[in-house]
Amino acid sequence: MEKAYRANILICAGTSCVAFGSLKVRDALVEEINKRGLQDEVKVETTGCNGFCAVGPLMIVYPEGIFYKQMTPDDIPFFVEEHLIKGRIVQKHLYEEIDKKEPVPLMSDIGFFKNQILVALKNRGLIDPEVIDEYIGRDGYAATAKALTEMTSEQIVDEITKSGLRGRGGGGFPTGTKWKFCMQAQSDVKYVLCNADEGDPGAFMDRSVLESDPHTVLEGMIIGGKAIGAHKAYIYVRAEYPLAIKRLNIAIQQAKDYGLLGENILDSGFDFDIELYHGAGAFVCGEETALMKSIEGKRGMPRPRPPFPAHKGLFDKPTVLNNVETYANIAQIILRGAEWFASLGTEKSKGTKVFALSGDVNNIGLIEVPMGIPLRTIVYDIGGGIKNGKKLRAVQIGGPSGGFIPERIIDTPVDYESITGTGAIMGSGGMVVMDETSCMVDMAKFFLGFTADESCGKCTPCRVGTTVLLNKLTDIAEGRGKPGDVEILERISKNIIASALCGLGQTAPNPVLTSIKYFRDEYDAHIYDKKCPAGVCKALIKYVIDPEKCTGCMACSKKCPQNAISGEKKQPHTIDQSLCIKCGICYDTCKFDAIHYE
Amino acid sequence: MAKIKIQDLKLIKDKVQATTTMRDGTHRVKITVHMGTCGIAAGARKIMDAFLDEIEKKGITDVILTSSGCAGLCSHEPMATVEIRGETPIKYVYLDKEKTKRIFEEHVLNGKPVMDYALAQGSETTR
Repeated sequence: MEKAYRANILICAGTSCVAFGSLKVRDALVEEINKRGLQDEVKVETTGCNGFCAVGPLMIVYPEGIFYKQMTPDDIPFFVEEHLIKGRIVQKHLYEEIDKKEPVPLMSDIGFFKNQILVALKNRGLIDPEVIDEYIGRDGYAATAKALTEMTSEQIVDEITKSGLRGRGGGGFPTGTKWKFCMQAQSDVKYVLCNADEGDPGAFMDRSVLESDPHTVLEGMIIGGKAIGAHKAYIYVRAEYPLAIKRLNIAIQQAKDYGLLGENILDSGFDFDIELYHGAGAFVCGEETALMKSIEGKRGMPRPRPPFPAHKGLFDKPTVLNNVETYANIAQIILRGAEWFASLGTEKSKGTKVFALSGDVNNIGLIEVPMGIPLRTIVYDIGGGIKNGKKLRAVQIGGPSGGFIPERIIDTPVDYESITGTGAIMGSGGMVVMDETSCMVDMAKFFLGFTADESCGKCTPCRVGTTVLLNKLTDIAEGRGKPGDVEILERISKNIIASALCGLGQTAPNPVLTSIKYFRDEYDAHIYDKKCPAGVCKALIKYVIDPEKCTGCMACSKKCPQNAISGEKKQPHTIDQSLCIKCGICYDTCKFDAIHYE
Repeated sequence: MAKIKIQDLKLIKDKVQATTTMRDGTHRVKITVHMGTCGIAAGARKIMDAFLDEIEKKGITDVILTSSGCAGLCSHEPMATVEIRGETPIKYVYLDKEKTKRIFEEHVLNGKPVMDYALAQGSETTR
């Protein structure tokens, strides 16, 4: 019989919290608990990412569900004394809602958490991902048992189709349809692939799923294998995710030990094997045909379609490739039914979506929300509003393939069609909130810098086109913009979209087009006025000392790395523009508000 | 670890049920041992251990055990409150190991409060 405890303390060991020292907190806690003789009453465990990365290292005490943030090893002795021995919640470690200043002890009451609906992330923070029994304890592998012993391939495909699940990697293609095409293809060998390359800068949805709950992905793949008739699978995981790789390897080994992978799974007669394949740092290998080439040992470059991978994919065999998050939804659809899944979300976009919320919001982290939720709710109710009381400018969604949604249409619901209607794309889930100090020209330049670098070079529209766009954006940002440049950007963008070989090229111009559509005045300011309104593009800003406000305290001149500021003590100072490198240190240093940029 | 069969999935799930219940709020009964300074001085730790013992020995998985601070009636410690989901909570006073075992058998497992040891039913009202 399992040992009885009166309390479980779950410490987050997602990458972010570990980077902040959560494992040291765990060690200190175990040591203190042993010292106080509580080891038979209190169980300490680590889990994967809880999602609220902004306030880590975090710790949740069950059964009450008390949420503690930003814990350090030094906090532990007092915590053990107060909470575990005396039963008093330690107020100073509780989370406080930004506007209310009142501590919120229960995790289920915190705004960041209570507005979310967890499907793909249902086990996050509740299980130790390295203990398969805990996954099984939350209905793990029950869906696999059902699919392998009670359902036919057609029935599985039917259920997934009825659920309305669409690919979560960004394409939004109906998953059931993709599986049906592959199921119908005739071949003795077929493959199931999982795209865990997650190349979008700033996206960490898939990493979180893999680190917190790797078994849900394995289950989704086994069920997919039964649906299409495949017995071999690969997870293509980027090498930059060592913790995800480690947890996947442990999960696969534990599943194999239990016979949940391998031959004759659960006496069903179905064989299935999963192997890991490490990426090598190329964004383009997240594109499905390039990914398959990479697994084949060739250079990762896309190819024209048709033929589609469902007919001719890895090693020219019928292949299903889906994203990590797509697989994370499969087990629950099989277990709880297509109707349950279809009851979440909107008519054309069913279910939930995981987003990596970052940028200028207060509550940065990983969220899962029902499709159709207004962007405003995400930014304000979950994200806690803009940091430092600034104003919202735009939300960038979809990574380098996506676009900007300006503040004036912030009530746009988050579903595939509505987002595409604005000119952006849903993408894999990256969401960057920008305040008034962001320059849209600079952001477009940033994303083009990324895609131009990652372009594989095979097709001319992308290889040459992204570089041309990047060069033109750089010219504009550095004060060399000319009348007609915006029209050139638009024309070239549309040409690239129409003629590029793969999704990388076809979506690379999106940031340019959406920033022009919604922030045309900003481009005009850069081109005609040679000014950057947000004060970001260094070549176009000038730091100026107001002689009326300057007290001559010399604080700025001492800090200036270029010795560009001169002036006598207690006399107004001046900046030599020819020496100034626009680092902004003087602006940050001045206590009299005497320096501004224009 | 040996290869498991379908029925083993349920066995494993039952084995870790206590852990799962503690974390996802699906318990049937909640026992709170009051452990303010008064409680601890009066011997509440032994009561806590006695409850833990019963849970472990009998393999119960739908009961959670937790502690709280002082309940207010310090002269009647050690105290514990038993809440069955959907029923009014019962506060027990002047506890010792034998009374704890009886409360566990009769109230927690069989649903009949032990009136001899009970102080009151319900909770304090807070304005």
